[in-house]
Amino acid sequence: MKQFEVTFIVDPVLSGDELKSTVGTYTDMLKNEGCKIVAIDELGLRQLAYDIKKRSSGVYYTIEFQAETGAIIAKLELALRRDERIMRFLTISLDKFGIKYNDDKRNGKIGKVKEKVKAKEEQPEAKERKETQAPVVEENQVESTEE
Amino acid sequence: MASRDDIKFLSNPNLGQNRKKYCRFRKYGIKHIDYKDPDFLLQFINEQGKILPRRISGNSLKYQRKMATAIKRARHLAMLPYVADLLK
Repeated sequence: MKQFEVTFIVDPVLSGDELKSTVGTYTDMLKNEGCKIVAIDELGLRQLAYDIKKRSSGVYYTIEFQAETGAIIAKLELALRRDERIMRFLTISLDKFGIKYNDDKRNGKIGKVKEKVKAKEEQPEAKERKETQAPVVEENQVESTEE
Repeated sequence: MASRDDIKFLSNPNLGQNRKKYCRFRKYGIKHIDYKDPDFLLQFINEQGKILPRRISGNSLKYQRKMATAIKRARHLAMLPYVADLLK
């Protein structure tokens, strides 16, 4: 059992229903081939870093699935390549860290971890600022009392 | 003026000290680098969209390789540009 992840960009001109049917065709195809769909993630409409097929934005979708062998990938990619609605796609196989990362992300753990890391970096600076500010305030108070 | 006690240095003595670089993936235990997170990957490329070398980013070899593949995947999916000017 190997876990794969396919990300693709769908043409943004399509309507909401058409987008869903596009994703539906590939999930159905994977299910028919005996794959287990782990997750379908919609990343939404994003601006592209460069134009693809004269479009400057695209709708990103990610399907994570488990397959017994890698034979299904060739079929899937052929279908994606033939589909005019798909602008770009990328299939990768996930290692154990990738699977864990995606699980954590789905459970909302990843975002928090990053915030903690940032907080750690910011804390020392904040302390220094407080230290520098504190004496100034005290001096002002002393001056006011003298007056 | 030169004999004043409160002036010891003409410039900030900490200015030239470069602090030790470290691999942030090892330090914070990040095992997997997500190619779908362009904001994070933006830290490892320069203004022209080129991948920064290890001697500047401080990454260990293992994670520099993973990071480079993640950036290349992000480029393929148009999340990062192949070539850019004034990216940051």
